[in-house]
Amino acid sequence: MTTDQVIFIILSVITLGTALLVVTLRNLFHAALALMATFLGVAGLYVMLDAGFLAAAQLLVYIGAISILLIFAIMMTRRLMSADEPAFNSQVWAALVTAVVGFLVVLWAILRLTGLGTEDLSILWRAPVDSKPIGLDVLPYIQNSVAAMGQAFVDPNGFVLPFEIASVLLLAGLVGAIIVAWPKAEDEES
Amino acid sequence: MIPLSWYLIVAALLFSIGLFGVMSRRNAVAILMSVELMLNAVNINLVAFWRYVWYDNVDGLVWAVFVLTVAAAEAAVGLALIISVYRSRDSVVADELDTLKN
Amino acid sequence: MSFDIVEFLKSLVSLNVAEYLKTVVGDQAWVNFVSDVIGVVIISTFCLLIVIFLIWLERKVIARMQDRIGPNRVGGRYGLLQTVADVIKLLIKEDITPAGADKLAYWLAPFLTVIAALLIWAVMPFAPGVIGVDLDIGVFYVLAISSASVVALLLAGWGSNNKYALLGAFRAVAQLVSYEVPMILSLLVPILLARSMSTVDIVEAQTVPFIFVVPLAAVIFMISALAETGRTPFDLLEAESEIVSGFHVEYGGMKFGMFFLAEFISTLFMSGFFTTMFLGGYRLFGLENLVIGDGWAIGRLLGLIIFFVKMFAVYFLFIWIRATWPRVRVDQILNFNWKFLVPLSLVLILAIAVLDKVIPADAGIYARSSILLLANLLIAMFAIEIMRTVARRKRKESSGDAAMTIDESEHNDVHDAHDSHHEVAAAH
Repeated sequence: MTTDQVIFIILSVITLGTALLVVTLRNLFHAALALMATFLGVAGLYVMLDAGFLAAAQLLVYIGAISILLIFAIMMTRRLMSADEPAFNSQVWAALVTAVVGFLVVLWAILRLTGLGTEDLSILWRAPVDSKPIGLDVLPYIQNSVAAMGQAFVDPNGFVLPFEIASVLLLAGLVGAIIVAWPKAEDEES
Repeated sequence: MIPLSWYLIVAALLFSIGLFGVMSRRNAVAILMSVELMLNAVNINLVAFWRYVWYDNVDGLVWAVFVLTVAAAEAAVGLALIISVYRSRDSVVADELDTLKN
Repeated sequence: MSFDIVEFLKSLVSLNVAEYLKTVVGDQAWVNFVSDVIGVVIISTFCLLIVIFLIWLERKVIARMQDRIGPNRVGGRYGLLQTVADVIKLLIKEDITPAGADKLAYWLAPFLTVIAALLIWAVMPFAPGVIGVDLDIGVFYVLAISSASVVALLLAGWGSNNKYALLGAFRAVAQLVSYEVPMILSLLVPILLARSMSTVDIVEAQTVPFIFVVPLAAVIFMISALAETGRTPFDLLEAESEIVSGFHVEYGGMKFGMFFLAEFISTLFMSGFFTTMFLGGYRLFGLENLVIGDGWAIGRLLGLIIFFVKMFAVYFLFIWIRATWPRVRVDQILNFNWKFLVPLSLVLILAIAVLDKVIPADAGIYARSSILLLANLLIAMFAIEIMRTVARRKRKESSGDAAMTIDESEHNDVHDAHDSHHEVAAAH
């Protein structure tokens, strides 16, 4: 058990444990706090995958903005007697079975892909998938990933079109959210 | 040394937990939180594959950033809708929002 | 592997003791780990202990500016131990949890604020080579942690089970989240000029300190930093005369002390960050690279001293602003941000980016700096002209007021600061 594996297991336990709390807690505010902890765990996993920029972006966007939005929405949509509201609807057991079956299917696919099966899918992979490639040929790509990402965002042969569409999408989302959530003139909102 | 399959399994677990949350929670805001879990699982998958297999191509990271952006926009609009529905119907329980039925 | 006292003194002067100890003990994994841990302990202890000095400094400086003396009883003629007395008072207060409070949120909020305030110190370059960790996304890391720390305020407001605390928390979150935008946009300018997000690279790129190249970005960053740390004139988040002192009304004793601590630590960090981004950090005409005699790298120690002098000069500016300017109302704060600061910083980053591309690469550093400086001054004059026209128009509409001499008619109706009350009340 190297230190990396120990850290990975700790981060995964944090992520998955708090994710379970998110979907099971009845008190929505506590569920939102657990969601923030999940985001933190996922950011840690990004750091382990050498994607530091994405980890910081995760902190900034998810914990710094979306979580606050969620908490505001929870506060604004509380009902007076919400403490004894059941957390789950009527199809909770079917949902559990579906989720478990779905996970098992994906697990089988993963294990097949990473070697437990008989078919040779290695033609799809240009590197052994079971080990994180580290070495002098990989390092420049990892170290320059932020600069390369920046260039890809404005490269005409890269991602400039999705980048601009994403900004239009955010603008539309901004304007739409404000208009949709605007209190109507005839409602008196306390 | 952490095998790729570990990251994929964690992402799959996170995704199925989110899936369970979406299908079984009553409150609409809780459903939105579970959707965020699923999007995070997808992002972990993308970044893991970028790091292990296609590290020479920055597409994986760029795609992950786009997923992040779209998730943020979707959360904003979704929560605005939920607040608006709560104002007019005084309920955020997903089962009770059924005026389109029949 | 022998312990040579001269070499040790040299490493002490050049702030490189860890490297020297590695040569003595051997370069193993646990040596790196232990030196990292010691570095973390040193930075955290420094932050926590310097607050004692900072609080005393603030009270003394504000008192002198208000023609008073300030603390002068505890610890000799200058009241040096006043803060220690205050801390002891906070520690022995009863630890109350309000009835019906959400225990998890109520207890977690002060710790999260302090944790976030301490985490950002990891990327502050104190001297050449003396930095917690030289992240290649250093500035982005600072922005991410500051953004993530906003959530602790919501926890504090919610967990207090108090309508006024919740209201204060809402306003605080609105202000903090709004002022992140001009902060990020104004920080893009030094990142653009230095071609890197690493704080060390930005310091190294400042042969001409960026405040002389892009002063407008420095001003916008200063205003956003004032708003982000909750200092006057944006301190309605926590001022005692505002809605019963805002989101930490239900906090007493050491938990309140932690909010207080976090504010001072983050203010000091913003001063240090300002010197790193705009004043050249530890640089002073190459003095930080001075090596005299045979390997005595005294320049690093000099760089540390230079950095501290600059940092405390900016911190003095923060205190000065607090002592002299009145508080701004929350709607004025948000209006100012969205209608003035954000468009201004967008225009600035656009202009700087275009100019940076247009100026030929072999223009030399002084020509480049003067062109950018000129552009900054032009944009600033243009912005002031726009403000003047808007203010003149508003003045004509609400005619009947006496002739006003200040430009911004928006900032006419502000509260009085009651700073002396602020002072005394700041002791708890």
